Amino acid sequence: MSVSSIILQQLVNGLILGSFYSLVALGYSMVYGIIKLLNFAHGDIYMVGAFVGFAALGVFGGMLGTNWLGILAALIISMILVGLLGMLIHRVAYQPLINKRAPRMSILITAVGVSFTLFNGVMVLTNGEYQSFNTSLGFEGIGIGPINITYTQIVMVSATAILMLSLYWFINRTLYGKAMRAIALDQDACRLMGINVTRTISLTFFVGSALAAAAGVMAGVYYGSIHFFMGFVIGLKAFTAAVIGGIGSIPGAMLGGLILGLLETAGTQLPFVGSAWKDVFAFGILILLLVLKPTGILGKSEIERM
Amino acid sequence: MGNSKQVIDSLMDKLGGKKMRNTALILLAALVLLLPLAADNYVEEVMTNTFFYILLALGLNIVVGYAGLVDLGYAAFFAVGAYTTGILTKMGWDFWLTIPAAVAFSLLAGVIIGGPTLRLRSDYLAIVTLGFGEITRIVARNLGITGGASGLVGIGRPSIFGFKIYQISHFYYIYFILVVLGIVVALRLHNSRLGRAWQYIREDEDAAEAMGIDPVLTKLYAYMIGAAFGGVAGAFFAVKMTAISPETFAFTQSAMILLAVILGGMGKIPGAILGAVFLVFFPEIFRGIGQARMLFFGVLLIMIMVFRPQGLWPERRS
Repeated sequence: MSVSSIILQQLVNGLILGSFYSLVALGYSMVYGIIKLLNFAHGDIYMVGAFVGFAALGVFGGMLGTNWLGILAALIISMILVGLLGMLIHRVAYQPLINKRAPRMSILITAVGVSFTLFNGVMVLTNGEYQSFNTSLGFEGIGIGPINITYTQIVMVSATAILMLSLYWFINRTLYGKAMRAIALDQDACRLMGINVTRTISLTFFVGSALAAAAGVMAGVYYGSIHFFMGFVIGLKAFTAAVIGGIGSIPGAMLGGLILGLLETAGTQLPFVGSAWKDVFAFGILILLLVLKPTGILGKSEIERM
Repeated sequence: MGNSKQVIDSLMDKLGGKKMRNTALILLAALVLLLPLAADNYVEEVMTNTFFYILLALGLNIVVGYAGLVDLGYAAFFAVGAYTTGILTKMGWDFWLTIPAAVAFSLLAGVIIGGPTLRLRSDYLAIVTLGFGEITRIVARNLGITGGASGLVGIGRPSIFGFKIYQISHFYYIYFILVVLGIVVALRLHNSRLGRAWQYIREDEDAAEAMGIDPVLTKLYAYMIGAAFGGVAGAFFAVKMTAISPETFAFTQSAMILLAVILGGMGKIPGAILGAVFLVFFPEIFRGIGQARMLFFGVLLIMIMVFRPQGLWPERRS
């Protein structure tokens, strides 16, 4: 393959990977923006999303087929169920601590506990084995020169774009979105204005978790196999993406995810990096960025203490 | 809930009495010293393992408990120590000479990770330390000198004054001595000028800075000392196991040590010890439930944070 076709191929790969990172990063950023909590368990929510989608496809696959219709059904079911799981986690694990005005370190450690519970729970349920997503999606696609972009890839990127645009509309054009933005600015004032703060935070968890679940299902379909530990690394990467874009910023999370996806796939092509070192490369970027520009590309600078 | 808390607190007060405490300590030390005479290999192995985690928990307690910094990658320091000793003994160094090297490299790792990141907000720090832990593991897996994915095997057993240390009861006593030393160091640090500076920073960083304490430097000391504990523990771990592999130092390991510190009560030495004991005993006692025990760990962590965020035996703050 020529150099230009390698670049094009990697661009497509990077865009797909970046889409998954962006969807997960959005949940991180939304929750962080509204209650300043680093939801450590968010990567595991993505993993649970993949498994719920897998189970749903198993149940509905016979009825709707394992083609796009079945996958769409699995995606929607997974988004709703995992969204509810996110709300449950917020109510059971985080809200009691927020009510007590516990130090942020306690909430962070609770989030580690939630992460442990989720991935070990799935490990027990699946005996720690890999599960393979059986879909009947082929490799047909559009050929551009020597490379082939499959319809699956096109649909993945479009679906991500649709989800992001809907989110953007939801945050900026609806009353609930307005409430979220207001709470991010001043919680106490919102309470005085009659906004149900707890319920709005719950809703944020629902939306963030649903987006992560969507990414989980799509990643499962795209890569073909899922595993209980798949959320760990992507959780880290999505956090990196959220920081690159500026944590708390929604367009930032979208942009950060795409940038990280592209950088990482570019990294695998670099000498001395390669695929064995790509995670080191990504975390290296994170550490470098946090040191040089902790506010990210689109983030606002703020002075904060724990 | 409130009532049971009062009962526990009053119990702790009674135990905290000086006379009571000294008697209890002497009894405990005698029990630990005499245990190998009566116990079988399994019990000695579990106890040695407990000592090992106590040492790690004491080290992490300095970072998390004293200075209030979240560290989700503590296993990295322990890995650096273990690999340093492993590589150097295989190159023909005497084990005892590798300990200073292991400490030096762990300190260096502490400076590398702490230097640029300690200015950050603490929740960022959590993720950076997590990333650093992963980097360490991946580096160990990819480098030739660390033996790649299969790790180092056949690390030589040490000897002292010609006496070869190889039995589990030998390691039992060595680890016990390490724990006692660790407790002394941790206790001395807690009551030192530096220890007070850490607590001040933990409670109010701005006020501490206004009083002339350099927060970044003080935090860096906490990181380095915590790292040194991990390095020493790692060096002894390498010679006890004689084989180390990158997966020994995965995130779960860091999370477990953190759990021990939090469980027992951050900032308090008996708390860290209690947490480590619980951490080792719990899976041994509940061997029957197998994989699910980690699930219970997660649930337990959430419950402790929600119902008793200060830990089982927290530091009393005036």
